[in-house]
Amino acid sequence: MIGKMHHDMGGQPAGKVQITEHDYAEWERRIDAMVQLLRLAGLFTVDELRKNIEQLPPDAYDRLTYYEKWISSLTQTMIQRGLITTAELGRKMQEVEKRCSRSS
Amino acid sequence: MQPQFVTRYAAALSPEFRTGEKVRVRKTAPLGHIRTPFYIRGHVGEIERLCGAFPNPEELAQMRDGLPAVPLYRVRFRQKDVWPDYRGPDADVVEIEIFQHWLEKA
Repeated sequence: MIGKMHHDMGGQPAGKVQITEHDYAEWERRIDAMVQLLRLAGLFTVDELRKNIEQLPPDAYDRLTYYEKWISSLTQTMIQRGLITTAELGRKMQEVEKRCSRSS
Repeated sequence: MQPQFVTRYAAALSPEFRTGEKVRVRKTAPLGHIRTPFYIRGHVGEIERLCGAFPNPEELAQMRDGLPAVPLYRVRFRQKDVWPDYRGPDADVVEIEIFQHWLEKA
């Protein structure tokens, strides 16, 4: 038995809620757009998005920002649905890493 | 009370519970994607309204269609029943939208 899942935090002791506004980074807007487009195309549901956020290990759940959770969950879902493979993703990530190290 | 949201699922027309009826939230913690908060499981509340019927999110999360749709209710709980150390007014409530398969007659 696992009991209460880590993400299910209602009623737990916590600090004050931060109510300050903040702007979004360009990559965060892109992730949002990607999620909406996949959802409208019928390739994705918000329930899968939530499920894969809830499956994050507790330390990752606490550490990742809002859209970092989204991209992590979105990626997991695309792999589960067979839209991308882990191998393709790995290759692409290496490519991007190389590109970034050249430009820095 | 009539559903506040129009849904295209027939299950909204044959709900198991009526407004005002006392219900208990099932006290269980299965694996999966669950929209019933852990803190409310096992508590008794009152049906505030039927919201309609919607595909089951527990099924949608697993890439299935979630049909047949499940009636969804807004359930009202007294804060002092939910939190033993609640210090606010007795009349304070918390309202949570809960799917029918998480509720049983209290």
